[in-house]
Amino acid sequence: MLPYIFKRAVSIIISLLVASIIIFVIVQILPGDVAQMILGQYQTPETLHQLRESLGLYDPFYVRYVRWISGILKGDLGISLSITGCRIADLLLDRSRNSLLLAACASLFVIPISLLIGTIAGLKRDTWVDKMVSLTTMVAISLPEFASGIFFILIFSLTFKLLPAMSNIDTNVDLLRQFPMLILPILTLSLVILGYIARMTRASVIEVSSSNYVRTAVLMGLPTSNVIVKHILRNALLPSITVIAMNMGWLIGGIVVVESVFAFPGLGSLLLYGVMQRDVPLIQASVLFAAAAYMILNFVADLLYLFLNPRLRNP
Amino acid sequence: MEKRNVVSVRSILDRCLRVVGFLRRLARSRSGLVGLLILGLWISIMLVTIFWTPHSTSDFHFASRLQPPSLKFPFGTDKFGRDVLSRVLAGCKEVILLALTGTLLAVSLGTLIGLTTGYFGKWYDEIVMRFMDIFMSFPGLLMALLVLAVLGPGWVNVIIVIGVVFSPRVARVARGAVLDIKNKEFLEAAKSRGENSFYIMGIEILPNILGPLGVEFSVRFAYSIFLSASLGFLGMGVQPPTPDWGLMVNEGRDFIKVAPWIAAFPALAIASLVISVNLLSDAIRQLAAGEI
Repeated sequence: MLPYIFKRAVSIIISLLVASIIIFVIVQILPGDVAQMILGQYQTPETLHQLRESLGLYDPFYVRYVRWISGILKGDLGISLSITGCRIADLLLDRSRNSLLLAACASLFVIPISLLIGTIAGLKRDTWVDKMVSLTTMVAISLPEFASGIFFILIFSLTFKLLPAMSNIDTNVDLLRQFPMLILPILTLSLVILGYIARMTRASVIEVSSSNYVRTAVLMGLPTSNVIVKHILRNALLPSITVIAMNMGWLIGGIVVVESVFAFPGLGSLLLYGVMQRDVPLIQASVLFAAAAYMILNFVADLLYLFLNPRLRNP
Repeated sequence: MEKRNVVSVRSILDRCLRVVGFLRRLARSRSGLVGLLILGLWISIMLVTIFWTPHSTSDFHFASRLQPPSLKFPFGTDKFGRDVLSRVLAGCKEVILLALTGTLLAVSLGTLIGLTTGYFGKWYDEIVMRFMDIFMSFPGLLMALLVLAVLGPGWVNVIIVIGVVFSPRVARVARGAVLDIKNKEFLEAAKSRGENSFYIMGIEILPNILGPLGVEFSVRFAYSIFLSASLGFLGMGVQPPTPDWGLMVNEGRDFIKVAPWIAAFPALAIASLVISVNLLSDAIRQLAAGEI
């Protein structure tokens, strides 16, 4: 198992490297360069030339790339253009803490509930419970995050006035008191994922329930709870972990939209701001950061799958 | 044997009947039926709005801004006094055409890549597939935002983005399907007849992988609607004043306390469209697997 983990870790590093090249290439095609953006209306040909020299923009492509990468490895992600003067590393760390909080709460909330719902639906196949769950999950995976976010705001903030519509939390204030502001974003983020995981679990439980070893267990006279837990669940939950891993990536993408809907100060809204302002260093750094987070999450999910599936442990 | 390309009335009728037969089989499952009905409704709306909408989609009615739904304006009016119903109905055209074109681009590109990597194999396959894998390791919206940051907003760029984001996934599916049939005898026969590679890929292999590609197409179509609506919401898609559902939800967000209908109706429209396409993809998948 250890050589497998090592190989995977190496492949992630390579992927990250290639991803950084892709990001760098795509962003460098941007028309109008960084010097023009910094100087804005104060640009003259001489000042542009001077700034470009000092920023090293006349260097060939690969030199600039290596400079960027070595900066990252030292922990310097550059300085933002739009949020003038701020070190991007500080911005990213600050914002990602918030996003991480949101993502972690959403995952902790959604994974147990969706597994439960999916299992119950799978075990009680074709009853009204199952049909309700199928319908609800179908709607859940069809609603884009901003649509469900708007609906939640309409229901919980406007009609019933239970929860606040904006979630611009202040990290200096105690987070526990601001928790009501987090509930709606977490709910919105979880909805799509809940749909996917529940459906996958249901399908997987149905498939496992009709397998031979489950039939044997039932015929052997084992108590139903025993059959369910030890035989059905243990095998049915495995594919769900792969789906969970896939959806963690969805989380990172969907978080951009959710943060926009609820004005949540996280990584997603930072990235969006950078894109709107065409702030090249910020875009480069935050996309790379988000991609790295996604790859690491996938890696963790892979490890979990490996750990839980004895068949893969000793190839 | 000479090839005769006869496009007669009979062959056209034949093809129409085959399509009708396909639709009837889809409608046999409940999800297929509902999906077809809703999608059919939206397509008819789309065709009608090319010629007519209840009110103009861009005319301002300054006297009746932010009006709740009424007889004159069944879905209410927005901040400029534009009729929300007309904009929702007209926006259907934008959404469907945008998503459809984007999906076609993604599927064409992906099939091309999948066909060539599956058929030629060896180092070309290795390198291209690794590249695709790394592309796929970006969350879709992230990649879309990155490319749009470069290209700028606009519907043409959204189509390009959808194509770029989804083609790796289609390529995977196509490649898998090609590998499945790679060892069949009719391909060997074609090769020993002396047919060149393009003929084999285009005329022998391609028609036989249309099944999984069709399922993938419908799934990608649903995701494309999702993606283009989200991009529209973030302001990176179609630009105002063209009615785009995502954009309308974004514009309506500022008025959600006083005029919730501006954001609610486009959101419902998006939901219904995506649900119908999802139901249809489910039905197509069942059809391809032989369950109906």
